[in-house]
Amino acid sequence: MTNNLRFKTSRFIDETYRISFKFNNKTYFGFKGDTLASALLANGIHLVGRSFKYHRPRGIMTSGSEEPNAIIQLNDNSSRTEPNVRATEVEIYEGLVASSQNCWPSVNFDVGGINNLLSPILPAGFYYKTFMWPASFWEKYEYFIRKSAGLGKSPKVADPDIYEHHYMHCDVLVIGGGISGIMAAKMAAKNGFKTLLVEEKSYLGGSSIYDNSEFSKINNQITSSWLEKEINEISKLENLEIKTRTSVAAYHGYNFLLARENLTDHLPISQRENKVRQRLLKIRAKKVITATGSIERPLIFDNNDRPGIMLSSAIKKYIDLYGVACGENNILFTNNDTAYETAMSLIQRGIKINAIIDNREQIDSKISYEVEKNNIKIYKGYSVVDTYGYRRINKISIMKLSKDGQTVIGDKTKLNCDCLGLSGGWTPAVHLFTQSGGKLKFREEDQVFIPNVYPSDQISIGSCNGDFSLDEIIKNTLSSIKKFLDIDNSEYKTIETISGLNQSKRNIWLLPSDKSIGKTKSFVDYQNDATAKDIKLALREGFRSIEHVKRYTTTGMGTDQGKLGNMHALGIISETAGTKMGEHGTTTFRPPYTPLTFGTIVGRNVGEFFDIFRRTPIHDWHVANNAEFENVGQWKRAWYYPKDNENMHQAVQRESKAARDSAGILDASTLGKIDIQGTDASEFLNRVYTNAWSKLAVGKCRYGLMLNEDGMVYDDGVTTRLGENHYIMTTTTGGAANVLGKLEDYLQTEWPELDVYLSSVTDHYATISVCGPNSKKIVSKVIPDLDLSDEKFPHMSFKNAKINNIKCRVMRISFTGEHSYEINIQANFGKSVWEKCMEAGKDFNITPYGTETMHLLRAEKGFIIVGQDTDATLTPIDLQMDWIVSKKKYDFIGKRSLYRSDTIREDRKQLVGLLTENPEEVLEEGAQIVADIKKSPIEMLGHVTSSYYSPNLKKSIALGVVKGGKNMLGQKLIIPMENKNINVTVADPVFLDKEGERLNAKL
Amino acid sequence: MFLINCPFCGEREQSEFKAGGEAHIVRPKQPTELSDDEWAEYLFMRKNIKGVQFERWNHVHGCRKWFNMVRDTSNDQIKAVYKMGEKPPVE
Repeated sequence: MTNNLRFKTSRFIDETYRISFKFNNKTYFGFKGDTLASALLANGIHLVGRSFKYHRPRGIMTSGSEEPNAIIQLNDNSSRTEPNVRATEVEIYEGLVASSQNCWPSVNFDVGGINNLLSPILPAGFYYKTFMWPASFWEKYEYFIRKSAGLGKSPKVADPDIYEHHYMHCDVLVIGGGISGIMAAKMAAKNGFKTLLVEEKSYLGGSSIYDNSEFSKINNQITSSWLEKEINEISKLENLEIKTRTSVAAYHGYNFLLARENLTDHLPISQRENKVRQRLLKIRAKKVITATGSIERPLIFDNNDRPGIMLSSAIKKYIDLYGVACGENNILFTNNDTAYETAMSLIQRGIKINAIIDNREQIDSKISYEVEKNNIKIYKGYSVVDTYGYRRINKISIMKLSKDGQTVIGDKTKLNCDCLGLSGGWTPAVHLFTQSGGKLKFREEDQVFIPNVYPSDQISIGSCNGDFSLDEIIKNTLSSIKKFLDIDNSEYKTIETISGLNQSKRNIWLLPSDKSIGKTKSFVDYQNDATAKDIKLALREGFRSIEHVKRYTTTGMGTDQGKLGNMHALGIISETAGTKMGEHGTTTFRPPYTPLTFGTIVGRNVGEFFDIFRRTPIHDWHVANNAEFENVGQWKRAWYYPKDNENMHQAVQRESKAARDSAGILDASTLGKIDIQGTDASEFLNRVYTNAWSKLAVGKCRYGLMLNEDGMVYDDGVTTRLGENHYIMTTTTGGAANVLGKLEDYLQTEWPELDVYLSSVTDHYATISVCGPNSKKIVSKVIPDLDLSDEKFPHMSFKNAKINNIKCRVMRISFTGEHSYEINIQANFGKSVWEKCMEAGKDFNITPYGTETMHLLRAEKGFIIVGQDTDATLTPIDLQMDWIVSKKKYDFIGKRSLYRSDTIREDRKQLVGLLTENPEEVLEEGAQIVADIKKSPIEMLGHVTSSYYSPNLKKSIALGVVKGGKNMLGQKLIIPMENKNINVTVADPVFLDKEGERLNAKL
Repeated sequence: MFLINCPFCGEREQSEFKAGGEAHIVRPKQPTELSDDEWAEYLFMRKNIKGVQFERWNHVHGCRKWFNMVRDTSNDQIKAVYKMGEKPPVE
């Protein structure tokens, strides 16, 4: 039977170029120009997959992106494998491999087909109703449900292809290269607008490009010939860029659109190396012309889903464009005239049409008379009530429709066929229009939603605007584009059109059956197996909102988003509920219009480019010295430096000990640095920090705590007064950008009268911190000219200095509790100064330490880390840092909030130290803290925020927040863990050297 | 994605900006003299209107300037932008 399905008529198919491909492990042949769907049909294959829920055999239904059934797994078992690809959109290439989804062991014999027999007990909401109790069993159910559900298989290895993002700007964007889009693009480009035309298919012209019928003509030429000349003309226009294989995925506000351009998917895999596969176009258009056409509606009747049942327009396209006959004994079932166009295309090639079943009693159009003349039997006023054939349709039965169309009457007639074309009229593709925020209106005459209110500078033309006849399309396109672009010259003189079609239609959303509805399977959403019965059940169970019915029945929730059936669902709801169609509105159309690959969405931002990361000027040294790195915000910070196969714990213990026993060195370049200048700089600091700044002498440093207006700790750091009106503020590494933003906010919006200027200088300086009892000796070797005596350079002060003529700032400040210096030098000298320090510290066992050791050392001293020990719910009082809150200052950010009824509560969580009963036991950060484990439910008092084993104290130490912790010193608490309870005692958070002797020791 | 007409830079993509909540809420000059309720009104209460709303925006990846915007939140139409300290345009 597969011999004469291909007809040598199409100029779109190159029969000299044969292509072999594999489908379900069998090799087939097609030609250049074929889609996978047309090539399969040419080989007599309709059955390509199984349905989602009932595992019913399903065939190719459409010829475009609206396809619900023919979704396949492409490039099986390779890194390029891709699930849920529409066979109707895949252009075949040599070596293509594809297979059916959702079936086992094969598409011809699928074990899951049992679900079809079980369907009476699998109604809408089955899973919700059946598996909701007992709730604890869900985990068990879920495993089996998930195993039996699901469409394709996702790839298991990295995608080898390259993707990219590309910005485009234009005066006019035309979406859709059908007849109206081509006319619009020509008018725009010729009138001086920079125009971009995008078309999802590989060719321009839409359905008119293969309209060779005598019944629709333009200026007395066959439509396709006329259009071909137009395409030739526009392809030469300089002002016009044309992108085919480009599908608009999203239409956002302010005419911002996303489109996916397919560049290599049609090429054999061997030719794809080093080429960009898909490009996400980010288009900003001044004006948008939407010409997305329309999608043919199927008809809803019992068993309307068998392989061999297709849209009538698809049958026409397969024969006219691809030269492929979908069946050898066809029947068309219609409620309007467009099926007669399909009939004429088949008749012209001598392909048998057994009958046409037409809902309408009266048919009065030239084209229908012509079909009748060819001795095709037309059953007027009839409906299909059932179909037969498991893997391929072989028979239908028809009955006469009653006058009101609500029932079927008379005898059942059976007719043979191997292909049934459905034509239920057309649905304008308004998806993009509504995504942009456009409001639709319902047109009663032919039951369609069409664009009504435009939210941005845009217009819809052609059949997506509800113009279905050739005459209307051309006339309205000309007049609306002229008006929209405000141009006089339409570029077209008179256009005469002839059409043999009449626009009459008999719309019945759900066709009547001789069976009760409960016994029928009339599919509304093919992909998700939602039937008319399910929708009616949902309504009976009380669902009214279209959005609820959609979710309950899963209508329109497949990968095709119900492009075919959504209108019928609405129609059935309004008929059943007795409401008017327009009243329900539609469900929301969400981007993307057709699925996008993850590759397209992420573009080049993969692997190391997934997120940018920042390196300090000393980074290379850390790498060369075996550092492990930690991500802090976007920074890569040296975490610890393992030596001789040390693990992290061993390295950190060694580093921590060395820093206190002799000398440690830390790369602190990531700390945020903000340069503050202006005559009101001191006043500004007074307002943003909790403590007082006016009296800080030039050359001195001070630690500051910054709150939010709600009184919660926001950031901290040391700020140094460099001059009378000049400060440098340091912030936490992660908080730098936000702090600058917050300070700018207050300066610009609340205190514009202050003369203060802020500038981020984080990247301008490298910061090297040298600490420990030998730090002074080391720094004096690096900067011999600097007087490091305690008299001249005491703790919390700053000096300008020079290293080899390079200016640097040296601060004597400490985050470890040790005597320490911070050298700030312009970034490009950072590494050499670091190396100098290492050289100078050689005799003192100078030990580079990373963030982990830094955290340990500061925890020994009870210094907080904002963001680790705090979480935006702690005030300075909660942190037992009352000393830093000025009582004298009239105001600062957050001051008023410190005595709100909530912030003065005694039982707030407060920061405390925690010591474990067993000094070797190290707590887990984040562990819960409780007092009484017998009470149920156990009251959670707080949690552990920082925890380490201190090599200097030779015991485990931790910080935590505990309700009312301030008054619990010495009290015993419990940390309940999975397999044990750990006893702890509340302690002072300062574990080491509370008196600060180490800091001020005479060295 | 909006096209925002920064009063200092001109039209730029929304991705360059950061929204900063309701506009024209002045920080009290003497917070210490406010009752808890009055302070809470300033600190927490925001209108979140469906319709025309006055908002603060920051050209954070541009000139870093804060400015005000009048936006209809029901359809995202930006009615006006104006500098900090300027009077809002009257409808």
